[in-house]
Amino acid sequence: MAAGPSPLEQFRIERLIPIHVGSVDISYTNSALLMTIAVALATLLLVGATARAALVPGRWQSVAELLYEFIAGMVRDNVGTEGRQYFPLVFSIFMFILFGNLLGLIPYSFTFTGQIVVTFALALFVFAFVTVLAFIRHGISFFKFFFPPGAPLLMAPLLVPIEIISYLTRPVSLSLRLFANMLAGHTMLAVFAGFTVALGLFGFLPLAFNVALLALEVVINLLQAYVFAILTCLYLSDAIHLH
Amino acid sequence: MDPAAAKMIGAGLAAIALAGVGVGIGNVFSALVSSIARNPAARDQVFGIGMLGFALTEAVAFYALIVSLLLLFVL
Repeated sequence: MAAGPSPLEQFRIERLIPIHVGSVDISYTNSALLMTIAVALATLLLVGATARAALVPGRWQSVAELLYEFIAGMVRDNVGTEGRQYFPLVFSIFMFILFGNLLGLIPYSFTFTGQIVVTFALALFVFAFVTVLAFIRHGISFFKFFFPPGAPLLMAPLLVPIEIISYLTRPVSLSLRLFANMLAGHTMLAVFAGFTVALGLFGFLPLAFNVALLALEVVINLLQAYVFAILTCLYLSDAIHLH
Repeated sequence: MDPAAAKMIGAGLAAIALAGVGVGIGNVFSALVSSIARNPAARDQVFGIGMLGFALTEAVAFYALIVSLLLLFVL
């Protein structure tokens, strides 16, 4: 957590390999590097662990099986049996965000999930996917989703706009939740690290707090990956079953 | 009013929303502990939903914090 003049210094994008196509800047940045590392590590873990698949799993294979079963169970419970075809999507999103979050905790590293553009891209993709899926499956009667069954017809003018607005804010809330968690968490770590240096001899107090905070941050990072995945499952279930 | 002062006051006002979040998270965990105490066998099922509830409630805290930080550092 390199703290320059401000604890937010860790979120500064640096171009590692400048690439310009015309007027478009598609440089390979530290964010892109971390994304590459996250994908490489996730692939290495899963492919390497299941390379010599045994019926009684060894340690690494157990890890891969645990991750698989955790997400498979989540998809099965929340989306149902038709949701099995969407398991790769949910699993990829979960692993990407999980590794992104955790890699950002390494000192001097970069948290790519702490960039609003990254989380917004993920959330917008999930939202667009789920909406298109709902239209494909249900056609025009998708709009019945905004009028919950069993509600009195008189309430429709009040209820339907509220439901529509709450549906449209899904990508915003999904992206902002992950982004703000990562931003706030990692910034706090940097702030307390700054205190540790500034206090000199009594710096062991903010240091002890920082250790506890780091433990909390690991839990929060795991939790946020889980929450993103389970909300994706719930939105898929909404699209497939229309409530 | 001086815009910089107005931003500071706005940032402080936005943080008042965190009181509601505190109550909300307390509610979630109170319900979680009660339900596990009543039926310890349901712990695994209830724990997942409890964590989801906690994360969703905490997200509201972050929405308020983002408004606060936006006022202080961006605008």
